[in-house]
Amino acid sequence: MTRDVAVVAFAQSEHSFSDLGWTEADLVMPLVNQVLAATGLRRSEIGFTCSGSNDYLVGTPFSFVAALDTIGAWPPISESHVEQDAAWALYEAWIRLQHGDLDTALVYGFGKGTVGDHAGISSLSYDPYYLAPLMPGDVGMAGLQARALKDAGFAVDPDPTPPPPTDGAAAVILAAGDVARRVCARPAWIRGIDHRIEPHGLGTRDLTRSASARQAAGNAGVGAGPVEFAELHTRFEHEEALLRQELGLPDACVVNASGGPRKADPVMATGLIRIGEAAARIHDGGARRTVAHAASGPCLQHNLVCVLEAEPGAVEPEPSDTASAPEPARPAPHPEPARPAEED
Amino acid sequence: MGNRCAVIGVGQTEYRAKRADVSLAGLVREAALRALEDAGLTFADIDSVVVGKAPDMFEGVVTPELYLADALGAAGKPMLRVHTAGSVGGSTALVGASQVQAGRHDRVLVVAFEKQSESNATWALSTHSPFSASLVVGAGGYFAPYIRAYIRRSGAPGNIGMMVAVKDRINALRNPYAHLKLPDIDLAMVEKSMMLWDPIRYLETCPSSDGAVAMVLGSERAAEAAAAATGRRPAWVHGAAMRSEPMGMAGRDSVDPRAGRDCAADVYRQAGVTEPRRQFAAAEVYVPFSWYEPMWLENLGFADKGAGWKLTESGATAFEGDIPWNPSGGVLSSNPIGASGMIRFAEAAQQVRGQAGEHQVPAAAESAGLALGHAYGGGSQFFAMWAVGVAKP
Amino acid sequence: MSRQATQATQATQAGPGPDPNPDTRARHVLEFPGGYTRSTGPVIGRFLTGLRAGRVLGVRTADGRVLVPPTEYDPLTAAALGGADEDWTEVGPAATVTTWTWVDDPRPDHPLDRPFAWALIRPDGADSALLHAVDAGSKAAMATGMRVHPTWRADRVGSIKDLACFVPGEGPAEVPALAAEREADDPVTMITVPSRLEYRLRPGTVWNRFIDGMAEGRIRGTRCTTCGKVYVPPRAACPADGLPATEWVDLPDTGVLTTFAVNNVPAAGAPEVPFISGYVLLDGADIAMLVLVSDVPWQDVRLGMRVRAVWVPEAERTRSVKNLRWFAPTGEPDVPFDRFEEYV
Repeated sequence: MTRDVAVVAFAQSEHSFSDLGWTEADLVMPLVNQVLAATGLRRSEIGFTCSGSNDYLVGTPFSFVAALDTIGAWPPISESHVEQDAAWALYEAWIRLQHGDLDTALVYGFGKGTVGDHAGISSLSYDPYYLAPLMPGDVGMAGLQARALKDAGFAVDPDPTPPPPTDGAAAVILAAGDVARRVCARPAWIRGIDHRIEPHGLGTRDLTRSASARQAAGNAGVGAGPVEFAELHTRFEHEEALLRQELGLPDACVVNASGGPRKADPVMATGLIRIGEAAARIHDGGARRTVAHAASGPCLQHNLVCVLEAEPGAVEPEPSDTASAPEPARPAPHPEPARPAEED
Repeated sequence: MGNRCAVIGVGQTEYRAKRADVSLAGLVREAALRALEDAGLTFADIDSVVVGKAPDMFEGVVTPELYLADALGAAGKPMLRVHTAGSVGGSTALVGASQVQAGRHDRVLVVAFEKQSESNATWALSTHSPFSASLVVGAGGYFAPYIRAYIRRSGAPGNIGMMVAVKDRINALRNPYAHLKLPDIDLAMVEKSMMLWDPIRYLETCPSSDGAVAMVLGSERAAEAAAAATGRRPAWVHGAAMRSEPMGMAGRDSVDPRAGRDCAADVYRQAGVTEPRRQFAAAEVYVPFSWYEPMWLENLGFADKGAGWKLTESGATAFEGDIPWNPSGGVLSSNPIGASGMIRFAEAAQQVRGQAGEHQVPAAAESAGLALGHAYGGGSQFFAMWAVGVAKP
Repeated sequence: MSRQATQATQATQAGPGPDPNPDTRARHVLEFPGGYTRSTGPVIGRFLTGLRAGRVLGVRTADGRVLVPPTEYDPLTAAALGGADEDWTEVGPAATVTTWTWVDDPRPDHPLDRPFAWALIRPDGADSALLHAVDAGSKAAMATGMRVHPTWRADRVGSIKDLACFVPGEGPAEVPALAAEREADDPVTMITVPSRLEYRLRPGTVWNRFIDGMAEGRIRGTRCTTCGKVYVPPRAACPADGLPATEWVDLPDTGVLTTFAVNNVPAAGAPEVPFISGYVLLDGADIAMLVLVSDVPWQDVRLGMRVRAVWVPEAERTRSVKNLRWFAPTGEPDVPFDRFEEYV
């Protein structure tokens, strides 16, 4: 029996395409305070905290330790960390809330993409004997999939370009049951969440499919109802066509109304932002059912899918009452990223 | 705590300075297969995989779980990668247990590893930003001042650390997986070893090891099935908790951190433990530098504040004592960093399963047997613990 | 201990904002000296031994597929592979490109120094493809399905880079004799993988202001306006409260040594051994600062010792924490332990 848990608050930084001198920790602290303020929850009321980050982004170990020093983890908190996109931290937190003894969780992720060598860092995440020594990078890997899709008849550009390196962070609060209803006017209920990984090597995979995305979508129940908005972790344009197919998204579904990862890609937060944006469509009354997706690994090796729904049977606002009517569906206001700084 | 959860399989590699015969995948695979065999299962029976290790800079492979998916039979399954500094092995076990306690999965494979011989941990840990000075060399350089403060605060005699160093190495002689085997170890040998980070001597530190450990964690149904199939009983999780606190907080007690005390209190509450020294039959506690035994004896409530060293001095924590600490030889005898925490958790489980072999503490395998597994990390700020028992909670 | 009056000079806002010092970026290199040493295990080792001999080997799965490069475990079933001699077979050298992507600007660590293609390449006789570079001269010369063959380096050591690259055509190319004398039957068991990542890091707004103070021989800290605690080095956020620390204070350069270590382990970038690292609680601060202690024989260093900063002469100062060389005893009476114990 799955316990009802909802995304009740979401905040993200004003992502930047240049290094403004903020530390990873600087990025996180204001967002944690924002989601606490949005829910009215006190720090001490948070039952579990989980974050996602990657040490290689700034090239020193333990970036999550510095972040912990900014979120007011005192008295000591029940806390954990994944060296993955924070979408997986949200998964871990959602699992923890299923135990039934805690009602709230704080999730955050952060990354500085502007200070390092993304092609180099991504290469080091591939098979250390056969792939990493060649330094193919994430763009090289994506290009192999784009070409394979093009050859298979997908209408995609076979020469992918990477999203601009981005600094940024995101934070989410999850709450269960009545607590969610108390702290949020329109909780975005997690109706299904699942993630699956597939083999690492590209040479044994069919790059025109994403078996793990399809599997996660099936287990999360994407097909059980209409999907108005989807936020997909598409760092490359061609991935949208493949994911639309594998997730079974209807043609009418609006993908990445927020601008998506192509407009802001603070790695380790990008996936969590997808969940936050999909939840925000429900928070603002713009949608009743949305889907979020996060990915990692070369050519979508690892996929997470989350289905979010508005309160079932929630009374729709009176159409005549324009003051409280839901906002019409529209892209979320998204801060225009700063222009890249001149190289010095 | 949610649904019941049990350890139904444990697998360890031999811990060595260098496992030159295997790849990274080969190393983790060895532990995983041994855990599966112990549980009477195969990869096909596993619902979910959780991998833990310390900073990726130790091996220079970023998020290695992506590459390890094939070796761990993870294709088509959920896979998580935990990193909570030195406590990561313990946290990884708890993240896996959480999936069972949540009712999400029946059988979860948790694996932790480090292959330190691929580089040099002191190099990785001393990698700092270009704007700060390099004043700390390795973990010993970090923890030595806190040990000095403990000695001053408690008035402990200077030989307590050496006693722990000897005791854990003697225990390691009974453990076939242990890395350091020093049959001639005695106080004089420890005392004569080089002073690395005064007050820490060479033989009062942990070694640098290659190794991996794995456990299969099961639901009540899976535990009963595994016990019936293998004849080996499960270790039931009676209490489990994680606690973290800021590293650089004014007024934080780095010697006796509140996060450690709070974490233990949470585990004890769940497990019904009010007198840890009497109720636990054995404890596997993360002691990478010998002085951390008396420090954690106090932090975990086995001794009053300032009196931990007296327990060590009395022999209570020795293999034959009334509360053996680290009968496996502990981190002082084997230290594949990212795995070291999970080894503590796994060894605690083996004690209550009656599977600890020559270092079995008899009382731990009796019907009321209860054992503690503990890990800590960062600047003594991340804690993960569990209490496991013979009886179903 | 008795709190000396803090020499508080009122302050501007701490916390994130645009970095006022655009010239503060520093290069940070993450490179393990000599490269990572990776033992290969028998399967990868056998493939690399084959490459050194100028042969491409594949491994057979239980259902008869031939995988190149050989993986230690079947990606789908996780079964161990390559345990028996008869599981191994030579493939190619001629091969087919199954997908590809063009690289206009090769990196120094790429296999080729001119524009080339990454491709998945299926050698004849294999059922999977390996990733490598194709030297086709131009993007127009690349096509999915094209036939290629490997060319080989003369200085083969047992590495994926022993394959120089693939080139168009059936081949085969000559395999140059090994430049170095090697035992023909000395199997490859270890590879050395250099990896170098470069970063351009900024110290961050708060650290910048700290360094600015250092340039003037001043030690600056921040005070949390919620709990009143004074932090040095300064913090953008209060670790206990998770709120911005907004007040700057100047601290005296005197304090008490709360604890220390005598370091005898040498390391690149660290002071010459033996050196003493210690925690000094500056007068008026609420947290001890990690510093060097010197100008005193190591045997004479004591907990509770009163110390004062020793600065680089004014004329030689730079914007660096290194302006503060170390702390040395003042000669004042020691402070009793119980007066600073809570700051350990």
